[in-house]
Amino acid sequence: MFDRATFTNYLNRRTFLRSTGVGLGSLALQSLLAAESRSATSAKTDPSDTVSLGLPGLPHHKPTAKRVIFLCMAGGPSHLETFDYKPVLEAHDGQAMPEEYTKGQPIAQLQGKKLICQGPMTKFKQYGQSGLTVSDFFPWQGKLADEICVIKSMVTEQINHDPAHTFMNTGTALSGRPSMGAWITYGLGSESSDLPGFVVLTSAGGRSPQPIASRQWSAGFLPSRFQGVEFNSAGDPVHYVRNPAGVPNELQRQVVDAVKQLDTNRNKTVHNPEIDTRIAAYEMAFRMQTSVPELVDVSDESQETLDMYGAKPGDGSFASNCLLARRLAERGVRFIHLYHRGWDHHGDLQKFMNICSDHTDRATWALLNDLKQRGMLEDTLLIWGGEFGRTPMAQGGKGKQSGRDHHIKGFSMWMAGGGVKGGMSYGATDELGYNAVDNVVHVRDLHATMLHVLGIEHQRLSVRHQGLDMKLTGVKEARVVHDILI
Amino acid sequence: MLKLRNWTVIGGVALTGSVLWAACSAVLSAADGARESAPDSTPAAASVQTADAKSPPSAESAHDTKNKQPKEVDFNRDIRPILSDKCFFCHGPDSKHREADLRLDQEESAYADLGGYHAIVPGKPEESEVVSRITEEDEDMRMPAIESGKKLKPEEIALIKTWIEQGAKYSDPWAYVVPQRKTPPEAHSKGWAKNWIDAYILSRLEEEGLSPSREADRVTLLRRLSFDLRGLPPSITEVDEFVHDSDPDAYEKRVDKFLASDQFGERMAIWWLDLVRYADSVGYHGDQPHRAWPYRDYVINSFNANKPFDVFTREQLAGDFDENPTQEELVATCYNRLLQTSHEGGIQLKEYRAIYFADRVRNVSQVWMGATMGCCQCHDHKYDPYTTEDFYRMGAFFADIDDEYHIVHQSEGLNSLPTPRLPEMYVYSSDEDKENMSQIDEQLASLKTRLKNERSKTLQEHGKSDSVVSSERPSDLRQVVLIDEAQPKDAKTIGDWGFTTASDGKVHDGDTSRKQETDQLVHHGYEESKKPTVVWKDDKLYCWVYLDSEKSPEALMLQLADSSGGVEHRAYWGSDVIEYGHSGKDGPGYHRVGDIPEANKWVRLEVPLSDIGMKAGETITGIFFVQYGGLVFWDATGIDRAPVSDDEFLALVALPKDELKLEQKEQIQSKIAQATGEAGDLLEQIEKLSSEADEIKQRTPRVMYTTRLKEPRTVRVLPRGNWLDESGPVVDPAIPKFLGKIETGENRATRLDLANWLVRPAAEGGVGELSARVQVNRFWQLLMGNGIARVLDDFGGQGDPPVHPELLDALSIEFFDSGWDVKHMMKLITMSATYRQASTVAAGVKEIDADNRLYSHQSRPRLPAELIRDNALKISGLLVSQIGGPSVHPYQPEGYYRHLNFPTRKYKPDLDSRQYRRGVYVHWQRQFLHPMLKAFDAPSREECTAGRPQSNTPVASLVLLNDPTFVEAARAFAQRVLVEGGETTPERMDYAMRLAVSRDPTKTEKAILEKVLDASQQHYKANPEQAKKLNAVGMKPVEKGIDPVELATWSQVTRVILNMNEVITRN
Repeated sequence: MFDRATFTNYLNRRTFLRSTGVGLGSLALQSLLAAESRSATSAKTDPSDTVSLGLPGLPHHKPTAKRVIFLCMAGGPSHLETFDYKPVLEAHDGQAMPEEYTKGQPIAQLQGKKLICQGPMTKFKQYGQSGLTVSDFFPWQGKLADEICVIKSMVTEQINHDPAHTFMNTGTALSGRPSMGAWITYGLGSESSDLPGFVVLTSAGGRSPQPIASRQWSAGFLPSRFQGVEFNSAGDPVHYVRNPAGVPNELQRQVVDAVKQLDTNRNKTVHNPEIDTRIAAYEMAFRMQTSVPELVDVSDESQETLDMYGAKPGDGSFASNCLLARRLAERGVRFIHLYHRGWDHHGDLQKFMNICSDHTDRATWALLNDLKQRGMLEDTLLIWGGEFGRTPMAQGGKGKQSGRDHHIKGFSMWMAGGGVKGGMSYGATDELGYNAVDNVVHVRDLHATMLHVLGIEHQRLSVRHQGLDMKLTGVKEARVVHDILI
Repeated sequence: MLKLRNWTVIGGVALTGSVLWAACSAVLSAADGARESAPDSTPAAASVQTADAKSPPSAESAHDTKNKQPKEVDFNRDIRPILSDKCFFCHGPDSKHREADLRLDQEESAYADLGGYHAIVPGKPEESEVVSRITEEDEDMRMPAIESGKKLKPEEIALIKTWIEQGAKYSDPWAYVVPQRKTPPEAHSKGWAKNWIDAYILSRLEEEGLSPSREADRVTLLRRLSFDLRGLPPSITEVDEFVHDSDPDAYEKRVDKFLASDQFGERMAIWWLDLVRYADSVGYHGDQPHRAWPYRDYVINSFNANKPFDVFTREQLAGDFDENPTQEELVATCYNRLLQTSHEGGIQLKEYRAIYFADRVRNVSQVWMGATMGCCQCHDHKYDPYTTEDFYRMGAFFADIDDEYHIVHQSEGLNSLPTPRLPEMYVYSSDEDKENMSQIDEQLASLKTRLKNERSKTLQEHGKSDSVVSSERPSDLRQVVLIDEAQPKDAKTIGDWGFTTASDGKVHDGDTSRKQETDQLVHHGYEESKKPTVVWKDDKLYCWVYLDSEKSPEALMLQLADSSGGVEHRAYWGSDVIEYGHSGKDGPGYHRVGDIPEANKWVRLEVPLSDIGMKAGETITGIFFVQYGGLVFWDATGIDRAPVSDDEFLALVALPKDELKLEQKEQIQSKIAQATGEAGDLLEQIEKLSSEADEIKQRTPRVMYTTRLKEPRTVRVLPRGNWLDESGPVVDPAIPKFLGKIETGENRATRLDLANWLVRPAAEGGVGELSARVQVNRFWQLLMGNGIARVLDDFGGQGDPPVHPELLDALSIEFFDSGWDVKHMMKLITMSATYRQASTVAAGVKEIDADNRLYSHQSRPRLPAELIRDNALKISGLLVSQIGGPSVHPYQPEGYYRHLNFPTRKYKPDLDSRQYRRGVYVHWQRQFLHPMLKAFDAPSREECTAGRPQSNTPVASLVLLNDPTFVEAARAFAQRVLVEGGETTPERMDYAMRLAVSRDPTKTEKAILEKVLDASQQHYKANPEQAKKLNAVGMKPVEKGIDPVELATWSQVTRVILNMNEVITRN
């Protein structure tokens, strides 16, 4: 079966490798090419025989985005103080929440408490030509009004942080399933020859930073090479990426070479292709020892750029991570997942929204802006949002001390770039901001849409596991939200 | 090209190795390729002719097996997998999702008259609707329906036709057919087989035109056996002795020796702990450590004692049902508590009850039954005969487990390290302790009874009845504890309490203190207590604090709330920087007691309550702990109660009984205790015994275990798994319907009934033989690289039918008949010629049997993560052999736990011999598994793992190259070579390689290593300071008299060796 897209892809990559394969061991290069041609000509999609350059037959259609940068505001930012302005809720401030909304609904910390409406705790403004409404907590994201598409009708199924993240990332709350970054890298491969295809960066600042488990970037039942690799802001950027103390690079090189020679020598008599692979893994490991520190060393960035992000190199802030995200994107990393922990605003919402905004608002603007300036926004899909939203009901103290509880029946996220329409608002919650009522977008739909812009039909990206054909979007219906796509 | 059709690779993704990041490709399938007698290597082994090696039988010419259809189509082997995957989704067991009212999994339905036509007409494919539909040209009419995304391959269609032609014979799903032992088949070639296992293997190989491999050379054989049974490489002496042992029983003696070693249990435990998802942390949300390790030791000891598997089963599932359960049996029941748990604020009891419920059903069905019952949480199984009701009935067996304390009491100081998961039991390390404790308990009980009697006597003297006295706790009599180990239950708590344990900070008494660190003002505490404490004359408030000298606070303050709810009683120490109550002058609302107390020791803050305006009769409804700046540990806080005067006492007891408040009752008791000499003596004795008991408890570990609720929780079928929907029917515990029924008469079936059913023979209504088959398949996988039925935890329709069903059955019966003797099975398999084969792949075999499903040679798996660690430590001489004990903490990258919270925590590596313990003892943090273990595919143990994947990623290469554990091992290995390995370089090279791979290096290998040696020597001679740096990696000091340059130089050589593929591979 001849697949033009795959074939073209293959040719392009071969050219790319020939011209830029600096430091790539010839053996590794060979195996890379051999593997690629095998996958390009293989008509079957047997996962065990499919390589990291992506599955044959993928993309299914012409993609509008090559990569994803997912800005996860961990803890669950309030939609009611960011993008979803609710004047009626304002009018109901201090009144009892009508019972028909909440009866029989899952409720987190407000279980058994009196439910009182809490009006918006800040003001909203309209921005840009689109007139998109953005709260005063996000003056910088306001400037993005004509670039982003805010989805105001998100719903999810899990009301506590840990399972809600697992649901957002894997489409189910069960442990052991692949994260979306792993799915996408598995499906499309990576364009980076010396960095992992799925990278995770984290920062914190705000109220009661909720834990984030490494399960969130797990490859689940996919081969572990598709697992997200977390880059650390302190210590070694990747675990064990630094030579041992007292071992300079040339000696490390020698160790790697000697291991390669010994294994190759042994392999002459056993003809085991897997040893070649291991040698390639060592090559890659050695290259990562250079490429990773290079990546995180931002001294080649202009002061102007640093100022735009508000990043201080090495401070581990969300701003620095945004800058790194752009550098990773430039280097061909497929899925870049940023977490900022601090959005769990059960109390003192105003105070903590200000703190979280200080940490993230400007950098978010800078990232999008920077990508745009570099012509990368058009093939990069940016997604912003938390694992859920927050209740229209107040929690904790009164007035300024008030906060909001976890909420899953309606919240906001936004997408931008990579084939998504800018300056758009999609879907709506009811007048109290409780239930998504118009054009509801389930997490599954978000996944389907994300896969779609990457050229993947969500129902066709499946892997056999425990006797079932597993998909990111699961067995229930999921739709691509075509309305928000160009 | 494959004769072995339909051995579909299920879970092939997970089980297949991998390589690189997405860009660097090439596919790996896990095994190493080192051949034991490579021509260019002249290891000691190659020169040894194994005495009992038989020449392999002559191979029949391997005829072309392409396109060959089997002579006789077997439903279970050939047809069921196709139907299950392509048809059962709509025409299978799930009644809610069945199309056209047709089932293809049952012959009655398949043969039935559908109104003039039949889905299947045995013997007549041309009349069978199934055939015409699967061969239909029209896409819309063709089956499987296009929406299913499934397609039949031409060879599958051909098979279905042949099957119908041959009579469309159905057979029951193989996994539920009781194994029968048949006479082993006769193979043509003689002399190869060692025991009856080999007869099955050989005759099948002959059928396929394949030959078995020759026996591996002795070095390989001993290494294989040693890794498989002990998880460690053999020593040089062991290798030499075996190679030169001419005793015909030489091999068997080693099998026996290794099986008898303590390391056997450690090896087997890794396998079992994966299955039952044992870990040292709770898994969800804060992922706090919980108390489980005594269970791990129970598993190790059980394998070492060769505990029969049926007993092992019964103890874990239902050890608490024994009339007089032993400590061991109760520790075993920790199995029921190993699941992931959560006390995340705001979780709902019913939701988590449903989550725990499903977790248990998934685990017990996967571990013991090889069944994926988890699917039935929301719907009937799509492929296997399990129903939703079966799922809930199965879970109902576990509805008596008392384990919800942590959900109900989320805010009760559970964010401690470890977090309590009640109920927990003490696990006494010696009989003496246990005996002492039981004596103390007895004595305490009798003393308390006497005390009680004394009290009621005194009370009666004052005309009061016994019922006014409720508390028996002697410590309450003179001291009222306000806060110690947990947050108060009946009050509103404020602030982050920061509970911490001794492992992460300072603790004055008990298990926890509260750690507070700040640059400014921070406070925690409670108010609005529903159980206020009454203040008596001369009461003093006390509070234990520990200040960090590096980060001392500027001021500390204690604030009390009174009955009005106001918090206007304050005592402070240090400067007047705290704004609360700051009025510019001293008074009860702002009273300075003294200077900031001394740092780096526990100090008792103390202030008379009257000094801060709390008069007798007033009540304390809250307390706040305030600090400005610094790092402070806050511990036990309470009231020191002065003796009550006689007048007050008499006034109290004169009050009508009903009017006595709880606090007043306590006052009465206190007074009585002081007033009566007898009671005073009793109190002293009680206190003395209590402190003795405390001492024993201090050194005694605890473990979660199973206690039963008086009334099991009601279990309902949850429609579509939705816990909010309570409309489903209530169910009682029962086994899956299609497997029969447990007879319990009128009584509710229990976990013990379940355990017994799992191990009882079919003849007595159990499924023992089936359970045996699930386990022997796994023993086989451990020793042969893949299971006879390849999917180790799914024997259902979507699993993989056994390639040697009769062998698998025979092994099952053997296991069952042996009295569930695990060591016997391990011996039986390791004694077979099949096991002893070389692992090299003969020419032509790959084409016929690429995955070695017929076992024409041994496999070459990479070692499991734990054993990669053990191996490096053993080679270097660092390994510390000790069975059991608390989990250990190897070096780990700094900040790896930074995303954990509630509380935040800092990993502390063990800086003593624990650093060098085996991998099975490494602390298992579910959310952040040690990066080394993770890199080599150890599972997080959130769910049952029956077979680990094997990958080969750059991350794993980085671990072996740079992880300090491996660098230190290389350094210690180098030192060992320098000290023990002779004087010359060639001698040392030989020694190093013999330690690492049990053979001498080849000339080529020596040349490669010498190049490393020379270059490193040059470098370190010129840069001795770098040598010192390398020598300082890890905590092991360099032995005296070792030249640092030479050590660093050789460390480079040993690093190379430890990174060799052969070192981490079991051949």
